[in-house]
Amino acid sequence: MAMATKIKRGIIYVCLILLGIMCFLPFLLMIVNATRSGVEITHSFTLIPGRNLKENWIALFDYVNLFRGFGNSLIVAIPATILTAYFSSITAYAMAVYRFKGSAWLFKIIVVFMMIPAQLSLIGFYNLCQKLHMVDSYLPLILPAIASPGTVFFLRQYVQATLSKALLEAARIDGAGELHIFHRIVLPIMAPGIATMSIGGFIGNWNNYLVPLILLNTPDKMTLPVMITTLNAATDLQKNQGAIYLGVAISVVPILIVFCFCSKYIISSISAGSVKE
Amino acid sequence: MAKTSAVKTKKRDINRIAYLFVLPFIIVFLVFSVYPVLRTFYLSFMNYKGYGDPTWAGLDNYVRVVKDKFFWRDLLNTIKIWGVNIILQLGLAFLLTVIFSDIKYKIRGLAVFRAVYYLPNLIAATSVAFLFKTLLDWKYGSFNQILMGLGITQQQVNWLGSTATAPYVISVLGAWMWFGNSFIMLMAGVQGIPKDYFEAAAIDGAGRWKVFAKITLPLLRPIMLYVFVTSLIGGLQLFDLPFLMNGAAPGTAGEPAGSLQTVVMYLYKFGFETHQVGYASAIAYTLFFIILIVSIIQFKTIGKEED
Repeated sequence: MAMATKIKRGIIYVCLILLGIMCFLPFLLMIVNATRSGVEITHSFTLIPGRNLKENWIALFDYVNLFRGFGNSLIVAIPATILTAYFSSITAYAMAVYRFKGSAWLFKIIVVFMMIPAQLSLIGFYNLCQKLHMVDSYLPLILPAIASPGTVFFLRQYVQATLSKALLEAARIDGAGELHIFHRIVLPIMAPGIATMSIGGFIGNWNNYLVPLILLNTPDKMTLPVMITTLNAATDLQKNQGAIYLGVAISVVPILIVFCFCSKYIISSISAGSVKE
Repeated sequence: MAKTSAVKTKKRDINRIAYLFVLPFIIVFLVFSVYPVLRTFYLSFMNYKGYGDPTWAGLDNYVRVVKDKFFWRDLLNTIKIWGVNIILQLGLAFLLTVIFSDIKYKIRGLAVFRAVYYLPNLIAATSVAFLFKTLLDWKYGSFNQILMGLGITQQQVNWLGSTATAPYVISVLGAWMWFGNSFIMLMAGVQGIPKDYFEAAAIDGAGRWKVFAKITLPLLRPIMLYVFVTSLIGGLQLFDLPFLMNGAAPGTAGEPAGSLQTVVMYLYKFGFETHQVGYASAIAYTLFFIILIVSIIQFKTIGKEED
Protein backbone atom coordinates (compact mmCIF):
# COMPACT_ATOMS: atom_id res chain seq x y z
CA MET A 1 0.00 0.00 0.00
CA ALA A 2 1.27 3.45 -0.88
CA MET A 3 2.31 5.82 1.91
CA ALA A 4 -0.40 8.37 1.08
CA THR A 5 -3.09 5.72 1.25
CA LYS A 6 -1.77 4.51 4.60
CA ILE A 7 -1.90 8.01 6.05
CA LYS A 8 -5.40 8.63 4.75
CA ARG A 9 -6.48 5.30 6.15
CA GLY A 10 -5.05 6.26 9.54
CA ILE A 11 -6.94 9.56 9.50
CA ILE A 12 -10.18 7.71 8.69
CA TYR A 13 -9.65 5.36 11.64
CA VAL A 14 -9.01 8.28 13.99
CA CYS A 15 -12.26 9.96 12.84
CA LEU A 16 -14.23 6.74 13.25
CA ILE A 17 -12.87 6.22 16.75
CA LEU A 18 -13.62 9.85 17.69
CA LEU A 19 -17.19 9.34 16.55
CA GLY A 20 -17.34 6.20 18.67
CA ILE A 21 -16.10 8.16 21.69
CA MET A 22 -18.82 10.76 21.07
CA CYS A 23 -21.37 7.97 21.24
CA PHE A 24 -19.95 6.74 24.51
CA LEU A 25 -18.75 9.87 26.30
CA PRO A 26 -22.12 11.10 27.59
CA PHE A 27 -22.71 7.73 29.26
CA LEU A 28 -19.26 7.80 30.77
CA LEU A 29 -19.84 11.35 32.08
CA MET A 30 -23.14 10.16 33.51
CA ILE A 31 -21.53 7.29 35.40
CA VAL A 32 -18.67 9.46 36.67
CA ASN A 33 -20.98 12.27 37.76
CA ALA A 34 -23.19 9.76 39.56
CA THR A 35 -20.30 9.27 41.98
CA ARG A 36 -19.58 12.97 42.60
CA SER A 37 -21.24 15.55 44.83
CA GLY A 38 -23.38 18.36 43.48
CA VAL A 39 -20.78 20.96 44.41
CA GLU A 40 -17.96 19.04 42.67
CA ILE A 41 -20.04 18.60 39.52
CA THR A 42 -20.90 22.29 39.27
CA HIS A 43 -17.34 23.45 39.85
CA SER A 44 -15.30 21.22 37.61
CA PHE A 45 -15.40 18.59 34.98
CA THR A 46 -13.47 15.34 35.16
CA LEU A 47 -13.54 11.69 34.15
CA ILE A 48 -12.16 10.51 37.50
CA PRO A 49 -14.87 9.01 39.73
CA GLY A 50 -15.67 10.81 42.99
CA ARG A 51 -16.52 9.48 46.44
CA ASN A 52 -20.11 10.54 46.78
CA LEU A 53 -21.90 7.50 45.41
CA LYS A 54 -23.40 6.55 48.76
CA GLU A 55 -24.67 10.05 49.53
CA ASN A 56 -26.16 10.37 46.06
CA TRP A 57 -27.81 6.97 46.47
CA ILE A 58 -29.40 8.01 49.76
CA ALA A 59 -30.56 11.37 48.33
CA LEU A 60 -32.06 9.66 45.29
CA PHE A 61 -33.91 6.92 47.15
CA ASP A 62 -35.16 9.42 49.74
CA TYR A 63 -36.89 11.10 46.88
CA VAL A 64 -38.12 8.20 44.75
CA ASN A 65 -37.93 4.41 44.89
CA LEU A 66 -36.48 3.64 41.47
CA PHE A 67 -36.44 -0.10 42.09
CA ARG A 68 -40.21 0.05 42.29
CA GLY A 69 -40.25 1.57 38.78
CA PHE A 70 -37.72 -1.05 37.74
CA GLY A 71 -40.04 -3.84 38.93
CA ASN A 72 -43.06 -2.19 37.31
CA SER A 73 -41.23 -1.96 33.99
CA LEU A 74 -40.37 -5.67 34.21
CA ILE A 75 -44.01 -6.54 35.04
CA VAL A 76 -45.03 -4.79 31.80
CA ALA A 77 -42.15 -5.61 29.47
CA ILE A 78 -41.72 -9.34 30.14
CA PRO A 79 -45.33 -10.50 29.57
CA ALA A 80 -45.68 -8.13 26.61
CA THR A 81 -42.54 -9.56 24.99
CA ILE A 82 -43.64 -13.17 25.56
CA LEU A 83 -47.13 -12.51 24.18
CA THR A 84 -45.70 -10.83 21.09
CA ALA A 85 -43.26 -13.69 20.53
CA TYR A 86 -45.82 -16.50 20.85
CA PHE A 87 -48.81 -15.00 19.06
CA SER A 88 -46.77 -13.39 16.28
CA SER A 89 -45.09 -16.76 15.63
CA ILE A 90 -48.33 -18.71 15.42
CA THR A 91 -49.99 -16.04 13.25
CA ALA A 92 -46.97 -15.81 10.95
CA TYR A 93 -46.78 -19.61 10.70
CA ALA A 94 -50.48 -19.91 9.85
CA MET A 95 -50.15 -17.22 7.17
CA ALA A 96 -47.05 -18.78 5.64
CA VAL A 97 -48.10 -22.43 5.61
CA TYR A 98 -51.87 -22.80 5.36
CA ARG A 99 -54.19 -21.70 2.59
CA PHE A 100 -57.29 -20.05 3.96
CA LYS A 101 -59.83 -17.46 2.88
CA GLY A 102 -58.89 -13.92 3.86
CA SER A 103 -55.19 -14.69 4.18
CA ALA A 104 -54.22 -12.24 1.45
CA TRP A 105 -56.44 -9.56 2.99
CA LEU A 106 -54.94 -10.09 6.40
CA PHE A 107 -51.48 -9.60 4.94
CA LYS A 108 -52.46 -6.35 3.21
CA ILE A 109 -54.02 -4.95 6.37
CA ILE A 110 -50.91 -5.83 8.37
CA VAL A 111 -48.71 -3.95 5.91
CA VAL A 112 -51.01 -0.90 6.00
CA PHE A 113 -51.02 -0.84 9.80
CA MET A 114 -47.23 -1.00 9.90
CA MET A 115 -47.21 2.37 8.14
CA ILE A 116 -49.90 4.09 10.24
CA PRO A 117 -48.36 6.52 12.73
CA ALA A 118 -49.11 5.82 16.39
CA GLN A 119 -50.51 9.29 17.13
CA LEU A 120 -53.51 8.40 14.99
CA SER A 121 -54.71 5.84 17.50
CA LEU A 122 -53.62 7.57 20.71
CA ILE A 123 -56.90 9.38 21.45
CA GLY A 124 -59.08 6.43 20.41
CA PHE A 125 -56.91 4.05 22.41
CA TYR A 126 -57.30 6.10 25.58
CA ASN A 127 -61.02 6.39 24.95
CA LEU A 128 -61.25 2.60 24.56
CA CYS A 129 -59.37 2.05 27.82
CA GLN A 130 -61.80 4.38 29.59
CA LYS A 131 -64.73 2.35 28.27
CA LEU A 132 -63.12 -0.95 29.31
CA HIS A 133 -62.24 0.55 32.74
CA MET A 134 -58.58 -0.15 32.08
CA VAL A 135 -57.13 3.29 32.86
CA ASP A 136 -54.38 3.09 35.50
CA SER A 137 -54.01 -0.65 34.83
CA TYR A 138 -51.17 -2.57 33.17
CA LEU A 139 -53.53 -4.53 30.91
CA PRO A 140 -53.60 -1.97 28.07
CA LEU A 141 -49.81 -1.93 28.14
CA ILE A 142 -49.58 -5.73 27.91
CA LEU A 143 -52.59 -7.14 26.01
CA PRO A 144 -52.12 -5.22 22.72
CA ALA A 145 -48.73 -6.96 22.42
CA ILE A 146 -50.65 -10.03 21.16
CA ALA A 147 -51.16 -8.21 17.86
CA SER A 148 -47.85 -6.82 16.59
CA PRO A 149 -48.11 -6.39 12.80
CA GLY A 150 -44.41 -5.65 12.29
CA THR A 151 -43.31 -8.80 14.10
CA VAL A 152 -45.79 -10.95 12.15
CA PHE A 153 -44.53 -9.45 8.91
CA PHE A 154 -40.91 -10.26 9.74
CA LEU A 155 -41.60 -13.77 11.09
CA ARG A 156 -43.80 -14.69 8.11
CA GLN A 157 -40.81 -13.95 5.89
CA TYR A 158 -38.60 -15.93 8.24
CA VAL A 159 -40.85 -19.03 8.18
CA GLN A 160 -41.01 -18.94 4.40
CA ALA A 161 -37.22 -18.84 4.19
CA THR A 162 -36.37 -21.47 6.81
CA LEU A 163 -39.17 -24.03 7.07
CA SER A 164 -39.31 -26.98 4.68
CA LYS A 165 -42.78 -28.28 3.82
CA ALA A 166 -41.45 -31.83 3.55
CA LEU A 167 -40.71 -31.76 7.26
CA LEU A 168 -44.34 -30.83 8.01
CA GLU A 169 -45.64 -33.58 5.70
CA ALA A 170 -43.43 -36.14 7.40
CA ALA A 171 -44.74 -35.10 10.81
CA ARG A 172 -48.33 -35.32 9.57
CA ILE A 173 -47.79 -38.83 8.21
CA ASP A 174 -46.49 -39.76 11.65
CA GLY A 175 -49.88 -38.63 12.94
CA ALA A 176 -48.81 -35.46 14.76
CA GLY A 177 -51.54 -32.87 15.38
CA GLU A 178 -51.20 -29.39 13.87
CA LEU A 179 -50.74 -27.58 17.18
CA HIS A 180 -48.27 -30.23 18.29
CA ILE A 181 -46.30 -29.75 15.05
CA PHE A 182 -46.20 -26.00 15.68
CA HIS A 183 -44.97 -26.36 19.25
CA ARG A 184 -42.50 -29.18 18.75
CA ILE A 185 -41.14 -28.65 15.25
CA VAL A 186 -41.85 -25.15 14.03
CA LEU A 187 -41.11 -23.06 17.13
CA PRO A 188 -37.54 -24.43 17.57
CA ILE A 189 -36.81 -23.72 13.91
CA MET A 190 -38.15 -20.17 14.26
CA ALA A 191 -36.26 -19.55 17.52
CA PRO A 192 -33.43 -17.36 16.12
CA GLY A 193 -35.93 -15.12 14.31
CA ILE A 194 -38.13 -14.92 17.39
CA ALA A 195 -35.12 -14.02 19.57
CA THR A 196 -34.14 -11.24 17.18
CA MET A 197 -37.60 -9.69 17.29
CA SER A 198 -38.03 -10.24 21.03
CA ILE A 199 -34.91 -8.32 22.05
CA GLY A 200 -36.00 -5.36 19.96
CA GLY A 201 -39.52 -5.69 21.34
CA PHE A 202 -38.32 -5.85 24.92
CA ILE A 203 -36.23 -2.70 24.56
CA GLY A 204 -39.17 -0.93 22.89
CA ASN A 205 -41.48 -1.90 25.75
CA TRP A 206 -38.89 -1.00 28.37
CA ASN A 207 -38.33 2.46 26.87
CA ASN A 208 -41.98 3.25 26.10
CA TYR A 209 -42.94 6.62 27.56
CA LEU A 210 -46.02 8.25 26.01
CA VAL A 211 -48.54 5.42 26.53
CA PRO A 212 -47.70 4.73 30.22
CA LEU A 213 -47.65 8.51 30.72
CA ILE A 214 -51.26 8.92 29.59
CA LEU A 215 -52.57 5.68 31.14
CA LEU A 216 -51.01 5.46 34.60
CA ASN A 217 -52.05 7.85 37.37
CA THR A 218 -50.93 6.16 40.59
CA PRO A 219 -47.28 7.10 41.34
CA ASP A 220 -46.56 3.60 42.68
CA LYS A 221 -47.55 2.04 39.36
CA MET A 222 -45.27 4.17 37.17
CA THR A 223 -42.78 2.47 34.90
CA LEU A 224 -39.12 3.47 34.94
CA PRO A 225 -39.15 6.08 32.12
CA VAL A 226 -42.15 7.86 33.65
CA MET A 227 -40.55 7.72 37.10
CA ILE A 228 -37.28 9.15 35.78
CA THR A 229 -39.12 12.22 34.54
CA THR A 230 -40.45 12.92 38.04
CA LEU A 231 -36.82 13.63 39.06
CA ASN A 232 -37.41 16.88 37.21
CA ALA A 233 -39.43 18.09 40.16
CA ALA A 234 -36.37 17.83 42.41
CA THR A 235 -35.98 21.54 42.96
CA ASP A 236 -32.47 22.23 44.19
CA LEU A 237 -30.60 21.12 41.09
CA GLN A 238 -27.17 22.08 42.35
CA LYS A 239 -27.57 19.96 45.45
CA ASN A 240 -29.17 16.98 43.72
CA GLN A 241 -27.34 16.82 40.42
CA GLY A 242 -25.24 13.81 41.38
CA ALA A 243 -28.37 12.02 42.51
CA ILE A 244 -30.10 12.80 39.22
CA TYR A 245 -27.17 11.40 37.24
CA LEU A 246 -27.33 8.29 39.42
CA GLY A 247 -31.05 7.88 38.73
CA VAL A 248 -30.53 8.09 34.98
CA ALA A 249 -27.56 5.69 35.23
CA ILE A 250 -29.69 3.12 37.04
CA SER A 251 -32.25 3.27 34.24
CA VAL A 252 -29.65 2.96 31.50
CA VAL A 253 -27.29 0.27 32.80
CA PRO A 254 -29.63 -2.77 32.35
CA ILE A 255 -30.08 -1.93 28.67
CA LEU A 256 -26.30 -1.56 28.25
CA ILE A 257 -25.85 -5.02 29.79
CA VAL A 258 -28.48 -6.57 27.51
CA PHE A 259 -26.76 -4.94 24.55
CA CYS A 260 -23.35 -6.36 25.48
CA PHE A 261 -24.77 -9.87 25.16
CA CYS A 262 -27.24 -9.41 22.32
CA SER A 263 -25.80 -6.76 20.00
CA LYS A 264 -25.55 -9.32 17.20
CA TYR A 265 -29.28 -10.06 17.33
CA ILE A 266 -30.23 -6.41 17.62
CA ILE A 267 -28.18 -5.42 14.60
CA SER A 268 -29.48 -8.29 12.51
CA SER A 269 -33.06 -7.28 13.32
CA ILE A 270 -32.42 -3.76 11.98
CA SER A 271 -30.69 -5.12 8.91
CA ALA A 272 -33.65 -7.44 8.34
CA GLY A 273 -35.99 -4.47 8.51
CA SER A 274 -34.26 -2.70 5.67
CA VAL A 275 -33.70 -5.60 3.28
CA LYS A 276 -37.21 -6.83 2.66
CA GLU A 277 -36.53 -9.43 -0.05
CA MET B 1 -61.74 -42.59 -5.65
CA ALA B 2 -62.80 -42.93 -2.06
CA LYS B 3 -59.20 -42.65 -0.97
CA THR B 4 -58.51 -39.37 -2.78
CA SER B 5 -61.63 -37.72 -1.42
CA ALA B 6 -60.61 -38.81 2.07
CA VAL B 7 -57.25 -37.14 1.56
CA LYS B 8 -59.02 -34.04 0.29
CA THR B 9 -61.24 -33.80 3.35
CA LYS B 10 -58.22 -34.18 5.55
CA LYS B 11 -56.39 -31.40 3.67
CA ARG B 12 -59.34 -29.07 4.14
CA ASP B 13 -59.38 -29.86 7.84
CA ILE B 14 -55.70 -29.06 8.13
CA ASN B 15 -56.16 -25.65 6.52
CA ARG B 16 -59.15 -24.90 8.68
CA ILE B 17 -57.00 -24.86 11.80
CA ALA B 18 -55.31 -21.73 10.45
CA TYR B 19 -58.37 -19.72 11.52
CA LEU B 20 -57.84 -20.88 15.08
CA PHE B 21 -54.16 -19.92 14.90
CA VAL B 22 -54.77 -16.38 13.65
CA LEU B 23 -57.87 -15.76 15.78
CA PRO B 24 -56.16 -14.28 18.90
CA PHE B 25 -54.15 -11.93 16.70
CA ILE B 26 -57.24 -10.80 14.78
CA ILE B 27 -59.37 -10.19 17.88
CA VAL B 28 -56.69 -8.14 19.66
CA PHE B 29 -55.78 -6.38 16.42
CA LEU B 30 -59.39 -5.32 15.83
CA VAL B 31 -59.89 -4.17 19.42
CA PHE B 32 -56.59 -2.43 20.17
CA SER B 33 -55.36 -1.32 16.73
CA VAL B 34 -58.22 -0.92 14.28
CA TYR B 35 -60.89 0.34 16.68
CA PRO B 36 -58.72 3.15 18.18
CA VAL B 37 -57.80 4.45 14.72
CA LEU B 38 -61.46 4.50 13.63
CA ARG B 39 -62.57 5.89 16.99
CA THR B 40 -60.11 8.80 16.65
CA PHE B 41 -61.55 9.45 13.18
CA TYR B 42 -65.11 9.40 14.56
CA LEU B 43 -64.20 11.71 17.45
CA SER B 44 -62.59 14.19 15.06
CA PHE B 45 -66.14 15.07 13.91
CA MET B 46 -67.44 15.43 17.46
CA ASN B 47 -67.44 17.78 20.39
CA TYR B 48 -66.19 15.64 23.24
CA LYS B 49 -64.79 16.57 26.65
CA GLY B 50 -63.52 13.11 27.57
CA TYR B 51 -66.66 12.15 29.49
CA GLY B 52 -70.39 12.05 28.77
CA ASP B 53 -71.70 11.70 25.23
CA PRO B 54 -69.96 13.23 22.21
CA THR B 55 -72.10 15.61 20.17
CA TRP B 56 -71.88 16.09 16.40
CA ALA B 57 -69.60 18.91 15.29
CA GLY B 58 -69.33 18.25 11.57
CA LEU B 59 -66.17 19.72 10.08
CA ASP B 60 -65.85 22.37 12.81
CA ASN B 61 -62.77 20.77 14.37
CA TYR B 62 -60.97 20.57 11.01
CA VAL B 63 -61.88 24.16 10.15
CA ARG B 64 -60.47 25.18 13.53
CA VAL B 65 -57.23 23.25 12.88
CA VAL B 66 -56.72 24.91 9.51
CA LYS B 67 -57.30 28.36 11.05
CA ASP B 68 -55.23 27.64 14.16
CA LYS B 69 -51.95 29.56 13.82
CA PHE B 70 -50.44 27.56 16.68
CA PHE B 71 -51.02 24.30 14.80
CA TRP B 72 -49.12 25.67 11.81
CA ARG B 73 -46.40 27.15 14.01
CA ASP B 74 -45.97 23.79 15.71
CA LEU B 75 -45.96 21.97 12.39
CA LEU B 76 -43.25 24.36 11.22
CA ASN B 77 -41.31 23.74 14.47
CA THR B 78 -41.59 20.01 13.93
CA ILE B 79 -40.45 20.23 10.32
CA LYS B 80 -37.55 22.50 11.29
CA ILE B 81 -36.36 20.16 14.03
CA TRP B 82 -36.85 17.06 11.88
CA GLY B 83 -35.36 18.64 8.73
CA VAL B 84 -32.05 19.58 10.35
CA ASN B 85 -32.05 16.23 12.12
CA ILE B 86 -32.54 14.14 8.97
CA ILE B 87 -29.84 16.02 7.03
CA LEU B 88 -27.30 15.38 9.81
CA GLN B 89 -28.46 11.84 10.50
CA LEU B 90 -28.67 10.56 6.93
CA GLY B 91 -25.59 12.55 5.89
CA LEU B 92 -23.46 10.98 8.59
CA ALA B 93 -24.91 7.48 7.99
CA PHE B 94 -24.26 7.86 4.28
CA LEU B 95 -20.70 9.06 4.79
CA LEU B 96 -20.01 6.07 7.05
CA THR B 97 -21.51 3.71 4.49
CA VAL B 98 -19.22 5.16 1.84
CA ILE B 99 -16.20 4.75 4.13
CA PHE B 100 -16.98 1.18 5.13
CA SER B 101 -17.82 0.02 1.63
CA ASP B 102 -14.76 1.64 0.04
CA ILE B 103 -12.82 -0.93 -1.96
CA LYS B 104 -9.50 0.90 -1.69
CA TYR B 105 -9.14 1.58 2.04
CA LYS B 106 -10.75 -1.67 3.23
CA ILE B 107 -11.70 -0.34 6.68
CA ARG B 108 -11.99 -3.12 9.25
CA GLY B 109 -13.88 -3.54 12.49
CA LEU B 110 -17.35 -2.93 11.05
CA ALA B 111 -19.02 -5.09 13.72
CA VAL B 112 -17.47 -3.16 16.60
CA PHE B 113 -18.04 0.31 15.14
CA ARG B 114 -21.61 -0.60 14.24
CA ALA B 115 -22.36 -1.73 17.78
CA VAL B 116 -20.81 1.39 19.35
CA TYR B 117 -22.63 3.73 16.94
CA TYR B 118 -25.88 2.01 17.75
CA LEU B 119 -25.49 2.49 21.50
CA PRO B 120 -27.37 5.83 21.84
CA ASN B 121 -30.38 4.22 20.12
CA LEU B 122 -30.98 1.80 22.93
CA ILE B 123 -31.49 4.25 25.70
CA ALA B 124 -34.99 5.50 26.47
CA ALA B 125 -35.55 8.98 25.06
CA THR B 126 -36.59 9.97 28.58
CA SER B 127 -33.16 9.09 29.96
CA VAL B 128 -31.37 10.73 27.04
CA ALA B 129 -33.45 13.88 27.46
CA PHE B 130 -32.75 13.93 31.15
CA LEU B 131 -29.05 13.26 30.81
CA PHE B 132 -28.55 16.00 28.23
CA LYS B 133 -30.77 18.45 30.04
CA THR B 134 -28.41 18.08 32.97
CA LEU B 135 -25.23 18.09 30.85
CA LEU B 136 -26.38 21.16 28.91
CA ASP B 137 -27.62 23.09 31.93
CA TRP B 138 -26.27 26.57 31.29
CA LYS B 139 -25.13 27.27 34.82
CA TYR B 140 -24.01 23.91 36.14
CA GLY B 141 -23.79 21.61 33.12
CA SER B 142 -20.62 19.76 32.15
CA PHE B 143 -20.92 20.76 28.50
CA ASN B 144 -20.41 24.47 29.10
CA GLN B 145 -17.57 23.63 31.49
CA ILE B 146 -15.81 21.69 28.73
CA LEU B 147 -16.31 24.50 26.21
CA MET B 148 -15.05 27.16 28.60
CA GLY B 149 -12.19 24.93 29.73
CA LEU B 150 -11.06 24.56 26.12
CA GLY B 151 -11.48 28.31 25.62
CA ILE B 152 -14.08 27.91 22.87
CA THR B 153 -16.50 30.27 24.59
CA GLN B 154 -15.88 32.86 27.29
CA GLN B 155 -19.44 32.83 28.57
CA GLN B 156 -21.91 30.10 29.39
CA VAL B 157 -24.24 29.39 26.48
CA ASN B 158 -27.90 28.92 27.39
CA TRP B 159 -28.40 26.03 24.95
CA LEU B 160 -31.94 25.09 25.92
CA GLY B 161 -33.11 28.53 26.97
CA SER B 162 -32.75 30.37 23.69
CA THR B 163 -34.89 30.05 20.56
CA ALA B 164 -31.73 30.34 18.45
CA THR B 165 -30.26 27.09 19.77
CA ALA B 166 -32.95 24.99 21.49
CA PRO B 167 -34.63 23.46 18.39
CA TYR B 168 -31.25 22.60 16.88
CA VAL B 169 -30.07 20.99 20.10
CA ILE B 170 -33.02 18.60 19.67
CA SER B 171 -32.06 18.02 16.01
CA VAL B 172 -28.44 17.23 16.87
CA LEU B 173 -29.48 14.99 19.76
CA GLY B 174 -31.88 13.14 17.45
CA ALA B 175 -29.10 12.67 14.90
CA TRP B 176 -26.79 11.44 17.67
CA MET B 177 -29.42 8.95 18.79
CA TRP B 178 -30.49 7.61 15.40
CA PHE B 179 -27.58 7.85 12.93
CA GLY B 180 -26.37 4.38 13.98
CA ASN B 181 -29.72 2.90 13.04
CA SER B 182 -29.68 4.53 9.58
CA PHE B 183 -26.07 3.45 9.10
CA ILE B 184 -26.86 -0.21 9.87
CA MET B 185 -29.75 -0.15 7.40
CA LEU B 186 -27.71 1.44 4.61
CA MET B 187 -24.81 -0.93 5.29
CA ALA B 188 -27.17 -3.92 5.12
CA GLY B 189 -28.22 -2.60 1.74
CA VAL B 190 -24.62 -2.42 0.52
CA GLN B 191 -23.92 -5.93 1.77
CA GLY B 192 -26.99 -7.10 -0.13
CA ILE B 193 -25.42 -6.04 -3.45
CA PRO B 194 -23.94 -9.10 -5.16
CA LYS B 195 -20.10 -9.16 -5.01
CA ASP B 196 -19.88 -10.02 -8.75
CA TYR B 197 -20.96 -6.48 -9.62
CA PHE B 198 -17.92 -5.02 -7.86
CA GLU B 199 -15.57 -7.67 -9.23
CA ALA B 200 -16.82 -7.15 -12.78
CA ALA B 201 -16.38 -3.40 -12.37
CA ALA B 202 -12.84 -3.91 -11.05
CA ILE B 203 -11.96 -6.12 -14.03
CA ASP B 204 -13.29 -3.43 -16.36
CA GLY B 205 -10.94 -0.99 -14.60
CA ALA B 206 -13.63 1.25 -13.09
CA GLY B 207 -12.33 3.62 -10.38
CA ARG B 208 -13.81 3.66 -6.89
CA TRP B 209 -15.85 6.82 -7.47
CA LYS B 210 -17.27 5.39 -10.64
CA VAL B 211 -18.15 2.14 -8.89
CA PHE B 212 -19.80 4.15 -6.15
CA ALA B 213 -21.79 6.38 -8.49
CA LYS B 214 -22.82 3.68 -10.95
CA ILE B 215 -23.35 0.64 -8.73
CA THR B 216 -23.59 1.42 -5.02
CA LEU B 217 -25.68 4.57 -5.16
CA PRO B 218 -28.40 3.39 -7.58
CA LEU B 219 -28.80 0.06 -5.79
CA LEU B 220 -29.06 1.83 -2.42
CA ARG B 221 -31.87 4.10 -3.53
CA PRO B 222 -34.80 1.91 -2.37
CA ILE B 223 -33.27 1.64 1.11
CA MET B 224 -32.56 5.38 1.24
CA LEU B 225 -36.22 5.90 0.43
CA TYR B 226 -37.28 3.47 3.14
CA VAL B 227 -35.03 5.12 5.74
CA PHE B 228 -36.26 8.55 4.69
CA VAL B 229 -39.97 7.69 4.84
CA THR B 230 -39.76 5.85 8.19
CA SER B 231 -37.79 8.80 9.55
CA LEU B 232 -40.46 11.18 8.25
CA ILE B 233 -43.25 9.20 9.89
CA GLY B 234 -41.27 9.05 13.14
CA GLY B 235 -39.94 12.61 12.93
CA LEU B 236 -43.29 14.31 12.48
CA GLN B 237 -44.46 12.48 15.61
CA LEU B 238 -41.57 13.85 17.64
CA PHE B 239 -42.65 14.02 21.28
CA ASP B 240 -40.40 12.63 24.04
CA LEU B 241 -37.26 14.73 23.50
CA PRO B 242 -38.77 18.21 23.07
CA PHE B 243 -41.49 17.46 25.64
CA LEU B 244 -38.91 16.65 28.30
CA MET B 245 -36.14 19.08 27.43
CA ASN B 246 -37.92 22.39 27.74
CA GLY B 247 -38.59 24.65 30.70
CA ALA B 248 -38.56 23.52 34.29
CA ALA B 249 -41.36 20.94 34.23
CA PRO B 250 -42.15 18.49 31.42
CA GLY B 251 -44.49 19.81 28.78
CA THR B 252 -44.61 23.47 29.78
CA ALA B 253 -45.79 24.64 26.37
CA GLY B 254 -42.53 24.11 24.55
CA GLU B 255 -40.45 26.88 26.11
CA PRO B 256 -38.41 28.85 25.05
CA ALA B 257 -41.09 30.94 23.35
CA GLY B 258 -42.91 27.86 22.08
CA SER B 259 -40.01 26.95 19.77
CA LEU B 260 -39.93 23.36 21.05
CA GLN B 261 -43.64 22.71 20.77
CA THR B 262 -44.26 19.94 18.23
CA VAL B 263 -47.56 18.86 16.70
CA VAL B 264 -47.87 15.77 18.89
CA MET B 265 -47.18 17.90 21.98
CA TYR B 266 -50.00 20.18 20.82
CA LEU B 267 -52.24 17.14 20.34
CA TYR B 268 -51.28 15.88 23.81
CA LYS B 269 -52.22 19.24 25.30
CA PHE B 270 -55.77 19.13 23.92
CA GLY B 271 -56.28 15.39 24.27
CA PHE B 272 -54.98 14.90 27.79
CA GLU B 273 -54.62 18.26 29.51
CA THR B 274 -57.44 20.58 28.44
CA HIS B 275 -59.73 17.71 27.36
CA GLN B 276 -60.86 18.98 23.97
CA VAL B 277 -60.74 15.44 22.66
CA GLY B 278 -62.56 16.08 19.39
CA TYR B 279 -60.13 18.85 18.50
CA ALA B 280 -57.12 16.70 19.42
CA SER B 281 -58.45 13.95 17.11
CA ALA B 282 -58.78 16.41 14.25
CA ILE B 283 -55.16 17.49 14.83
CA ALA B 284 -54.08 13.83 14.67
CA TYR B 285 -55.85 13.24 11.35
CA THR B 286 -54.71 16.53 9.80
CA LEU B 287 -51.12 15.56 10.60
CA PHE B 288 -51.76 12.10 9.16
CA PHE B 289 -53.09 13.50 5.89
CA ILE B 290 -50.06 15.77 5.61
CA ILE B 291 -47.69 12.83 6.21
CA LEU B 292 -49.62 10.74 3.68
CA ILE B 293 -49.41 13.39 0.95
CA VAL B 294 -45.67 13.99 1.55
CA SER B 295 -44.96 10.23 1.52
CA ILE B 296 -46.84 9.76 -1.75
CA ILE B 297 -44.92 12.63 -3.34
CA GLN B 298 -41.66 11.13 -2.05
CA PHE B 299 -42.44 7.69 -3.47
CA LYS B 300 -43.48 9.21 -6.81
CA THR B 301 -40.40 11.42 -7.25
CA ILE B 302 -37.69 9.11 -5.90
CA GLY B 303 -39.42 6.03 -7.36
CA LYS B 304 -39.44 7.65 -10.81
CA GLU B 305 -35.72 8.33 -10.93
CA GLU B 306 -35.15 4.62 -10.56
CA ASP B 307 -36.18 3.81 -14.14
